[in-house]
Amino acid sequence: MRRFLITAAVAATAIVATGLTAAAADKLKIGLIYLGPVGDFGWTYQHEVGRQGLVKTLGDQVETTYLENVNEGPDAERSIEQLARAGNKLIFTTSFGYMDSTLKVAKKYPNVFFEHATGFKRAPNMSTYSGRFYEGRYIQGMIAAKMSKKGVLGYIGSFPIPEVISGMNATMLGAQTINPDIKVKIIWVNAWFDPGKEADAAKALADQGVDVLMQHTDSPAAMQIAAQRGILAFGQDSDMIKFGPKSQLTAIVDNWEPYYEQRARDVLAGKWKSEDTWGGLKSKLVVMAPYTNMPDDVKALAEKTEAAITNGSLHPFKCPVVDQSGKAVECKGGDHLDDGQILSMNFYVKGVDDKMPGK
Amino acid sequence: MELVEAIVLSVIAASTPLLLAAAGELVAERSGVLNLGVEGMMIMGAACGFAGAFLTGSTLVGAAFGGAAGAALAAIFALLTLGLAVNQVATGLALTILGVGLSGLIGAGFVGQRIVLAPHLFIPGLTDLPLIGRILFGQDVFVYLSIALVAGIWWFLYRTRGGLVLRAIGDNHASAHALGYPVLKVRLLAVLFGGACAGLAGAYLPLAYTPFFIPGMTAGRGWIALALVVFASWRPLRLAGGAYLFGAVTILQLHAQGLGLGIPSQLMSSLPYLATVVVLVLISRTRATAGSAAPASLGMVFVPDR
Repeated sequence: MRRFLITAAVAATAIVATGLTAAAADKLKIGLIYLGPVGDFGWTYQHEVGRQGLVKTLGDQVETTYLENVNEGPDAERSIEQLARAGNKLIFTTSFGYMDSTLKVAKKYPNVFFEHATGFKRAPNMSTYSGRFYEGRYIQGMIAAKMSKKGVLGYIGSFPIPEVISGMNATMLGAQTINPDIKVKIIWVNAWFDPGKEADAAKALADQGVDVLMQHTDSPAAMQIAAQRGILAFGQDSDMIKFGPKSQLTAIVDNWEPYYEQRARDVLAGKWKSEDTWGGLKSKLVVMAPYTNMPDDVKALAEKTEAAITNGSLHPFKCPVVDQSGKAVECKGGDHLDDGQILSMNFYVKGVDDKMPGK
Repeated sequence: MELVEAIVLSVIAASTPLLLAAAGELVAERSGVLNLGVEGMMIMGAACGFAGAFLTGSTLVGAAFGGAAGAALAAIFALLTLGLAVNQVATGLALTILGVGLSGLIGAGFVGQRIVLAPHLFIPGLTDLPLIGRILFGQDVFVYLSIALVAGIWWFLYRTRGGLVLRAIGDNHASAHALGYPVLKVRLLAVLFGGACAGLAGAYLPLAYTPFFIPGMTAGRGWIALALVVFASWRPLRLAGGAYLFGAVTILQLHAQGLGLGIPSQLMSSLPYLATVVVLVLISRTRATAGSAAPASLGMVFVPDR
């Protein structure tokens, strides 16, 4: 499929070169680069849902192309450049690892607008956008601590990057409000998408006595294992309830559609600006799936916490945040850590026994 | 002790798809054909295997579909490399790309569907035995099949006339041809067998491992299977050892992380591959003939002269 799309992109480039651009000029061409397959039922799937929503609402005004299964690395740069050369005026690159590639291509094509998900490098024609997933993680931590009989959570990590680390920390901080002695077992699979390996990690955690599973990887494999083993789990990126009808407590759902639509409208109206968008529960970029498989009091607690985070009265990283060594982290955001600290988080909070890879 | 049992069960489950795919590829390579399309045949097996099981509700039908899909893709490979004498490496790589794309297309309608996992053997009395019960008598049918397959391949290669002919063709197709053996026919059968095994290995993933289909779910296992054949220096029993070793290192590193042993996870994730390199070095050091472990005609195009 990907090869086909690239071929299509090359063909489109040829057409542009022969001067047929005028006819297509009215339509805004939008390109997207996906890390996994659109059917991963997780991260990439949600971006695809966003794209489809965009096409539905803007209809004839836009024309979208996507490339799936694009590796983070040299492949990414080539693919992004293909999209730019094919005449796409707005390009979404939807994984952290595309950051430098996107920046490089953005510098080469100053008239194309780039949108990079979950990164921190920007340019006059390159914006960043992400979700405050840690807000959802905090709620999940509270639910997990309430629901775990053994007080041990299992956490499947992809790569130790700030987004994942801040999610783990938010989980622990939420959990510690319920059970100060809560423990977490962390397994890094060093992959975003490998259903077999994700399942292996989930099995290992279940075998070691974990009764609530969380994941920061892209497929529903862990949810499936939770369902098989009769333990509880949280969905990731999308609502995974059908993979674990009796296991899913809730899920953090990435809701990109409103953002994609807004940015496309901005380009159409000629008022696109380079900015950094980081939306959470409040802007509905992060949405919680229905709270299921838990008693009413836990559900009420989760809903109350969700409301508090949404209206801003509760911040998951409210100070003092204490790191593993017992030292309080500098509080740059007044009464909570500021966005920069969360976006570059590279320490575990107190209560995580694990040693961070590479530290 | 329960943890040990659980780990062994996980190791066997993780090793089985590698063993199935590698066993098939071993036979193909022993006949002198290098088919790099294992990943593509596996993912086709996964898509078609899931489709078959989902539509009929039967694991066995799913497995048959998976095997057939792998063999069908292998037939394309055979047509090109044996029939038209196209370069095997290029064709194999193309086959992987074709398989990955085509499986996504076929599987698109099945993404998000669920099936029942392949049933596990249960013999009252035996399966309940402590520690070894579930390991020996509580596996799914693929596990027993993969072991039988390796034993069967060993017997065929070293104890039958057919196996001797196949090895002779792999080592020197010109001589075998001169002696009157049907080089292309034997290779065709070997390639189809390899494809069926790869398809079956792919089908194992959605049927017995994670009971859903997702495009790209083989995630590189086909390439590992290819490496295992080299690792085993083209010998079936070593192949079984290698597959289980690889599975064991993969699973143990996950457990080590969960237990918080404090070893960097990046290092542990690379352990299976490091182990492969180490064993390869050891083999080549201890065997004076290491360089000639590969079938001598491996990857070479054969065009029969009249």
